[in-house]
Parts: sequence; C-alpha cells; structure tokens
Amino acid sequence: MDNIVSQNKSARLIARLDVKGPNLIKAVHLEGLRVIGDPSEFAQKYYSQGADELIYIDLVASLYGRSNLSEIVQKTARNVFIPITVGGGVRSIEDVENLLLAGADKVAINTGCVLQPQLIKDVSQKYGSQCMVLSVEAKKHSNDYWEVYTDCARESTGINVKDWVKEAEILGAGEILLTSIDQEGTAKGYDNELIQTVSNLVKIPIIASGGYGKPEDINMAVSVGADALAFADILHIKNKNFLELREIALSYNIDIRKL
Amino acid sequence: MKQISIVDYGLGNLFSVKQALEFCCDSIDINVDITSSPSIIKESDYLVLPGVGAFENAIHEIISRDLKEPIKKFASSGKPLLGICLGMQILASSSEEFGQHQGLNLIPGKVSHIGDTNSDGSPRKVPSIGWKNINVKQNTNTFNNSLSLHKNQSVYFVHSFQFLPEDEGHLIASYDYGDTKISAAVQKGNIIGYQFHPEKSGQNGLKILKSFLNM
Repeated sequence: MDNIVSQNKSARLIARLDVKGPNLIKAVHLEGLRVIGDPSEFAQKYYSQGADELIYIDLVASLYGRSNLSEIVQKTARNVFIPITVGGGVRSIEDVENLLLAGADKVAINTGCVLQPQLIKDVSQKYGSQCMVLSVEAKKHSNDYWEVYTDCARESTGINVKDWVKEAEILGAGEILLTSIDQEGTAKGYDNELIQTVSNLVKIPIIASGGYGKPEDINMAVSVGADALAFADILHIKNKNFLELREIALSYNIDIRKL
Repeated sequence: MKQISIVDYGLGNLFSVKQALEFCCDSIDINVDITSSPSIIKESDYLVLPGVGAFENAIHEIISRDLKEPIKKFASSGKPLLGICLGMQILASSSEEFGQHQGLNLIPGKVSHIGDTNSDGSPRKVPSIGWKNINVKQNTNTFNNSLSLHKNQSVYFVHSFQFLPEDEGHLIASYDYGDTKISAAVQKGNIIGYQFHPEKSGQNGLKILKSFLNM
C-alpha cells in the first residue's frame, strides 16, 4: 500500500442518501442516528452541484421486509436527471419492478440476495446486469477476512466477502456497492484493503462507500481500485459542495465527468 | 398538440424517460404518454423505445404484445424514432446477448459484447458504467449539430453490449473504452439510437432530447 501514486483513472462521484421513512438520516456504522431533512431536496441540491449519481438506501426497510422508497424516488426523478440507485428491503422481482417504475435506474440488494442468491440471476436476466447492484456490508475481522452482514449491519452471516463477490459476479451482478461497516460514518477514510481485495477478485465496477474524511482518501480509494466513491455525511452534515469534491478528484488527476 | 409515445414493453425506466421528455417540452405543445397500444403508436408524432434490460426479454415482450409491426410501420412512416440503450440495440438485426436473437432489423447490424480485455490482454471493467466523452463523426457534422451531439460532450453510459452497424455510415458517434471504440450513437434517416442515456445525462442529455423533439 506504500507505493501508490496518483494515476489517470476515471471515477464517479456519488451522493449517498440513507433514509428512514420519509427522512434523510445520519448513520454511523449503518445505524440511523438522527434526522437531517427531506431527501429529495438534498438530492436536487447535489444534482445541481454536479453529482454523477445518487444512491438511496432505506436503512430500516430490511427489518420489516418492505421497500417504501418509491415515493421519494418518484419525487426526486421529476427534476433530477442523473442515475438513481435504490436499495433497502428489496426481496423480489416485483420489488425491483416497482422501484424501476418509480424512476430508479438500478437497484442495490444485500439481504435479499444473501437469502436467495438466485435473485441476482433473475434481476440481471430480466433487467440486465447493469441494473443489479450487489450491496455488500463488510465487517473486517482480519487483513484477509471480511464478513458479509445483512439487515443494515445487524446480522452476521458467516459468509466471506471474498467468496460472495465472486459468486455474485458469476450470477450476474453488474456492480458492487461496497460499504465498510467499520468505517461508515467515521470520517476516518475508506477501507482501502477491502477495496483492493475485492477489486482484484472481480471485473465489475466497485462503488466504495463509507468513511470519507479528507482529500487524500479519494486518491487512495481510487488508486486501490474503486471505480466510484459514495459520499454521505461530508455532504449532508458538513455541507461540502460537490464542486469541491470534484476539484479534489481533479487535483489527483482522476478523470471525472465534464460538466 | 403533438404526441410523443414511449413504448411500454414491460422493461425499461419508463418513468425517467417520461419525466425528462416532459421537462424538455415544458414550453412546447407536446403530450408525452407511456403506451403499448398499436393505434396510439400509429398516431404518434414521435416514438421512443426506452431500455433497461436484456435483449431476449425485450424482443419477446415486443412480439407477445403485438408491438413489432406497429413499431416497424412507424419507422417506415418517416417520423422520428428514438431508441435508448437497449431500445437502441433492439433496432439491430441480431444480438449475441445470452444466445442468438433476432432484432427489429431497422438498422442493419449486430449487438455484441463489448469485451472484458483490451487488445494487449489487460483487463477492463464490464459493464462499462459512467460518464464518457463522445467522439462525433466529422462527415455527419451538420446532422449531429441538429441532434446536439458535440465532440467531448460527457454523457452517461451503462452497458455490457454494443451495437455494431453493418454500414459504418450509420455510426454517428462513439467513445473510447480502454483501447476500443464503442458505439455511442447510430442513425439511419429518421431512426436514431443512443447507447447512452440522455434522460440521465444531466443538462447535456436534456439538450439532446430537446433536439430530437425539434426534428
């Protein structure tokens, strides 16, 4: 990890909005802590600032086995014209269809796929693999072992992240939303070992999520293999403008979208 | 009142496409509908084939909903037809996605995997996802201007397969992926296909959609 130099690699800069009911919330280690505001207003702001994509995750949907994000997505999609990924409580093809009809472009699924890996195949065959984002919540046990958690980091599974991402790629996942439970909400940087490990195992793009704290974190994550970076608190709580994040990426020669 | 129809064949981000088109024609007298009715398709002034999904499924749905002939008839009427992403790929003659399948054959060519290695054997990510700067072909410049396709414009792509037209002249824009040129836009007369998602490409994409509505 010592010899990393900045390289001319491309990356997408994504706003991640964790919601609980109708509200945008602040999460630490994927647990909702407090209400921040109306998610679609924040989404609109990030769109106008040049965010490349949006990710909505319903943090409690999994617990109740339902996904109620459709309304928020529908409201957002009226005036936000960038890709929207939606996750939380997606268990079936019908859930996927409802989210796509509401204006989602991709669905992010964690628990639903762990319970029923066939869902990855079904979604990718019906809607294309680009629509099937495997959401992975990874908890670190050692430098070589991360465990897959489900239900917003509440349930351990005994599954090794390394085995799971390979299996999911074969089944048809088109992208991986890789969230480090340990780093999420801490502003201590991404879990770069995790990003590098997964990146070496699969060919599908990886969205690194959880932990952004300082400019160098962007460079590190992209250098070790992240194809996209998701930002949450730095935007919602610290009010950082997307334009500043774009400037940081450009300063490390990371190839980003031309506005 | 002009009528735009977005063809509903059970797949695709219909809502996103509708929102973007409505946003574009805010001040113009145009009505946007999602439909799978052959008679509405026939009466429409503009037809849009959206696309999120797999080729085989798409063609199967189009045939089982009796939409193949209405779409082909619309295409031969000379009125503007736009295919987006998978909606662009089904314009082709055939596809190699999950087996061999026949397309609508509106623009001759085939749909093939974009390939997960560069010519030197180095790996590259598939699907290709993200904002890419497009290269616009010189000889079709005037037409491309009227489509608002400009060199180095950044638009959003997400795909694993691409449309390879038989006639190079039907390819009007591409982008570089690794060391390969990937088809970004095809056009044959009134029939246009975009591999990228104009409805998801921010302001650039909205301009491109607006140009289509001015055809």
